Amino acid sequence: MSIFLDKNSLIIVQGMTGSEGMKHTRRMLKGGSNIVGGVNPKKAGESVDVDGTMLPVFGTVADAMAATGANVSVIFVPPAFAKSAVMEAIDAGIGLAVVITEGIPVHDSASFWAYSVSKGNKTRIIGPNCPGIISPGKSNAGITPSDISGPGPIGLVSKSGTLTYQMMFELRDIGISTAIGIGGDPVIGTTHIDALAAFEADPETKAIVLIGEIGGDSEEKAAAYIKDNVTKPVVAYVAGFTAPEGKTMGHAGAIVSGSAGTAQAKKEAFEKVGVKVGKTPSETAALMRGVIASL
Amino acid sequence: MDLFEYQARDMFEAHGVPVLKGLIADTPEEAAEAAAKIGGTVVVKAQVKAGGRGKAGGVKLAHNPEEARVAAEAILKLTIKDLPVNRVMIAEGAQIDKEYYFSVLLDRSNRTFLSLCSVEGGMEIEQLAEERPEALAKIAIDAIQGIDLAKALEIAKAGGFSDEIAAKVAPVFVKLYDVFVKEDATLVEVNPLILSKSGEIIALDGKVSLDDNAEFRHQRESMERDQLDPLETKAKESDLNYVKLDGEVGIIGNGAGLVMSTLDVVAYAGEKHGGVKPANFLDIGGGASAEVMAAGLDVILGDPQVKSVFVNVFGGITACDAVANGIVGALATLGSSATKPLVVRLDGNNVVEGRKILADANHPLVTVVDTMDEAADKAAELANR
Repeated sequence: MSIFLDKNSLIIVQGMTGSEGMKHTRRMLKGGSNIVGGVNPKKAGESVDVDGTMLPVFGTVADAMAATGANVSVIFVPPAFAKSAVMEAIDAGIGLAVVITEGIPVHDSASFWAYSVSKGNKTRIIGPNCPGIISPGKSNAGITPSDISGPGPIGLVSKSGTLTYQMMFELRDIGISTAIGIGGDPVIGTTHIDALAAFEADPETKAIVLIGEIGGDSEEKAAAYIKDNVTKPVVAYVAGFTAPEGKTMGHAGAIVSGSAGTAQAKKEAFEKVGVKVGKTPSETAALMRGVIASL
Repeated sequence: MDLFEYQARDMFEAHGVPVLKGLIADTPEEAAEAAAKIGGTVVVKAQVKAGGRGKAGGVKLAHNPEEARVAAEAILKLTIKDLPVNRVMIAEGAQIDKEYYFSVLLDRSNRTFLSLCSVEGGMEIEQLAEERPEALAKIAIDAIQGIDLAKALEIAKAGGFSDEIAAKVAPVFVKLYDVFVKEDATLVEVNPLILSKSGEIIALDGKVSLDDNAEFRHQRESMERDQLDPLETKAKESDLNYVKLDGEVGIIGNGAGLVMSTLDVVAYAGEKHGGVKPANFLDIGGGASAEVMAAGLDVILGDPQVKSVFVNVFGGITACDAVANGIVGALATLGSSATKPLVVRLDGNNVVEGRKILADANHPLVTVVDTMDEAADKAAELANR
């Protein structure tokens, strides 16, 4: 097993024919992902030769699903069109939409999230502004390099792309069940908690690494969730102890977040519920080694 | 991006939110002219993005243009919370009967929008939230349905308004929501929203924060921006994500999370090396080319405070050989003007090729170190020499 993505996942790429979409479609195919087509209304009916694999281009996500049985979409469309691309994926009822696009206006993310909620959240959204999700040896939906780490017992969930890579790299001798980058934008689909719940239920995952960073209260919520719901060992890392304070959202924002959003506050929230927090990525990896050794 | 008060005022006016007359002035003479144009009693207000302007002497009443000139002269000399006052707004005087509070903002925690509202405005909103939380209504706003007149009435009622006043403020709330959506704001706050003695609802002071990600669909080239540090300006010209900090170890990395983490690791390492600190945040982004790497190094080596540089790259999409070529190329271009030691840690995509390029170049300033922790330690040590 693994979470959200496995060897049977059939992946389409929205925005496949753009430069980023094509580059990463090629990488995903090379890494063994089962890519079955792309979506671009202007190029519907055409086929694209990606290193010898002929991939059909469909006009809509619904057409692509009907023709290929796709159950995952990876979205690379530019920020200005990302909202309608995600809504289209939701309308088509695809199981998983991975939104890689960086720089989507937050009103657009809030809109597609509200739309998803109004449709009963039948499509799991990961991102936006994330590296996607990889279950090593099975499938990769996104831009994570496929060869950093092989399969193993560690589940990894992270707000940051490069820290995901770094941590996979540090733990490559033990291996990863699934690594999911949820993205660092203010409004995201899948949260730390969603990933924790799925890892808890996944028999292949024996221990979990959670990576957070300053801003918002996702880590504090995750800590509270772990206390009541997660029996598997969790090790955490939080980045941003020395980062400058970001521009505040005015007085009202501080009230709403209900937390300072600082790295220190997040660290304390984890430690309060018995989750060990590494000071650096390598110390975090060392803590996880200790956990795995004691299982 | 947070707006200046006058920018928020102008934005409100453009969307039909009732505001008083307001003109900007950069000199005492302009202030006198503006006061003459507006006529009657005016308020001269420092345009800085900081609270507590009144207490700092940044807000003064003026009954005629000469008084406005004198007030502006004093205010333009002020520095409020380390921010120099370069501009004032001359605002029409208000006859205040009642002060209210309204805001709408992104509620990150609940992935939606939120409106805060209270019939008790005027005071600092944190203070109200703490002392009388029951007086501050918090109403979730659906991002698709937004605030229509019915929702606005619901907000006003929850905020404690009487039916009569609710009917007056609700249309203003709808217009403020227009500002929030049409301008891609993450915060629109009015404090105070007033009822004037003649019975009008007026947004007297406003705060607006805009979403930088949405700049592509707005025409804001002429809008006044915060003054950037010269190095930040230079970085921006090369499309680099750079923030100047107060420290000695220059940092270059890829990906915001990894760079933040690098700052932390360097700060820890600095504790053992005379307390040196990271000098900056610089994220060269995913898929960075040799050119981007060179532009980044150029910015960092231009910081006189920097004593050593730590390049920390995990090649995901970024290829380590491109990073290595960028380093070698930048050092060749800089020639003898490059005098600061570089500690480089590369891992991931094409790492063998990248390390080989640096080994072959064998530049006397470059030290290649295998791990992030060791590299941070080395960079801190070099900065402390």
